[in-house]
Amino acid sequence: MNMIPQTIQTPTTPDILAGKPVKILARNVDIHYGDKHAIKNLSIDIPDRAVSSFIGPSGCGKSTFLRAINRMNDTIPGCRIAGDITLDGQNIYDRAIDVVQLRAKVGMVFQKPNPFPKSVFENVAYGPRIHGLASNKTELEEIVVASLRKAGLFEEVKDRLDHPGTGLSGGQQQRLCIARAIAVNPEVILMDEPCSALDPIATARIEELIDELRQNFCIVIVTHSMQQAARVSQLTAFFHLGTLVEFGDTGKVFTAPRDKRTQDYITGRFG
Amino acid sequence: MSDHIVKSYDDDLAALKTMLAQMGGIAEEQLSDAIQAISKRDTKLADMVIAQDGKIDALEVQVEEKAILTIARRQPMARDLREIMVAIRIASDLERIGDLAKNTAKRSHAISEPMPRRLMTGFARMGRLAQEQLKDILDAYARSDSEKALAVWRSDEEIDALYNSIFRELLTYMMEDPRMIGLCTHLLFGAKNLERIGDHTTNIAENIYYLSFGTAIPVERPKKDQTSITSYDAAL
Ligand SMILES: Nc1ncnc2c1ncn2[C@@H]1O[C@H](COP(=O)(O)OP(=O)(O)O)[C@@H](O)[C@H]1O
Ligand SMILES: [Mg+2]
Repeated sequence: MNMIPQTIQTPTTPDILAGKPVKILARNVDIHYGDKHAIKNLSIDIPDRAVSSFIGPSGCGKSTFLRAINRMNDTIPGCRIAGDITLDGQNIYDRAIDVVQLRAKVGMVFQKPNPFPKSVFENVAYGPRIHGLASNKTELEEIVVASLRKAGLFEEVKDRLDHPGTGLSGGQQQRLCIARAIAVNPEVILMDEPCSALDPIATARIEELIDELRQNFCIVIVTHSMQQAARVSQLTAFFHLGTLVEFGDTGKVFTAPRDKRTQDYITGRFG
Repeated sequence: MSDHIVKSYDDDLAALKTMLAQMGGIAEEQLSDAIQAISKRDTKLADMVIAQDGKIDALEVQVEEKAILTIARRQPMARDLREIMVAIRIASDLERIGDLAKNTAKRSHAISEPMPRRLMTGFARMGRLAQEQLKDILDAYARSDSEKALAVWRSDEEIDALYNSIFRELLTYMMEDPRMIGLCTHLLFGAKNLERIGDHTTNIAENIYYLSFGTAIPVERPKKDQTSITSYDAAL
């Protein structure tokens, strides 16, 4: 059995996060889609209660690795994963793991807001209900309201909780999806380009929300916008051709990255 | 450094470098003329130096404007960001060097007495050193040569040492002959200006290093100007 350290001590660890507990730890992860080698020998320590962003050119494997953290890749035919990914020290690919439980613990928000074709209330209530988190109607209502508040949406929708979620604006829909993810008490929130369909104001609202959520959650965000990564995350990982090139303090990565490939990408020099 | 995907971004950064090269060229000329003006007590040349100073000031404003516009338009990252920050800082150092050259040149108006040769040689040597350093540091910047920048950074000690010895020498002259006090005071200020120019050159060196590595030069350079703690007696 190899010992897995539970505090971050890698050389890439930025000072501000040294000693913080590791939430997600990956070791020598390889992911294939058939013959396509999408993630190559990736190891990373992702801290709790901080925002880590994944940046890199399209097709470099950001979404693939993100999906591996809550086993969303399991549903993709031909997708194989090797290596270890642990959540709080527990191997998430262990046979004993209940994938539904895992996905409640590790929530996901996608690029395109995807509310269910149901009311605002039902969108948020669905998860807690199937996970049996509320024993009665009042408790369920409390969870829904609390989640909508945490997602910074409650004030805007409190008078139309019974209206369809799909009738909200794009930014509101995305915050509804975040409320839906929060409602099942997750520990990790994965976000795959959550703002790429939003205008700058709606984007700013989500970014403000992410900043608040990091007090209580481990957040991992894939983003196409380097400015967004610079604004919202404390740590930034740069992916290139399936490899994790560099992972470190966001300030450092954007002012003086260690690797030339990172430098070329973030300064707009990639051919 | 390879080119940006967006070509006009390269043009923006190149334009900054060109403006700084212009500023550097003028600063070099101003310094050389200022030293000449004092050495030869050439007040016409001094007036030219004074008149030219506005050019450097104007270029500094242009550099700042270009830098701010580039930040707003390109949201520079990593080395590009450092490149722009460093351009702003170097422009400010060059502007100060220009001011110090002007102030030095001005003093030629105030010096009426003929200059003892021995006094002049120290000042002229200091001037040559300051000019050499300025030229070297501008070369280092133009070629992003951090090695050369470090060499200039280290050589600032020489100017400081020379300044210390001129300071002592001027004190002895003033004590020997009070009629020399006016002249010596102006020379002393002139020498101090050259020493300050050396310090600005050192700042530029530090910025070139930062541009290359994203960190400050690791060790503190020992400060060698000891005139502020040199007493009247110690000069004897
Ligand atoms: N379902 C899939 N089947 C086959 N190949 C895929 C699949 N999803 C992604 N890939 C391939 O894996 C690589 C990584 O993709 P992805 O993780 O989506 O990159 P990113 O999110 O960084 O843009 C790409 O070459 C992509 O074509
Ligand atoms: Mg993707």
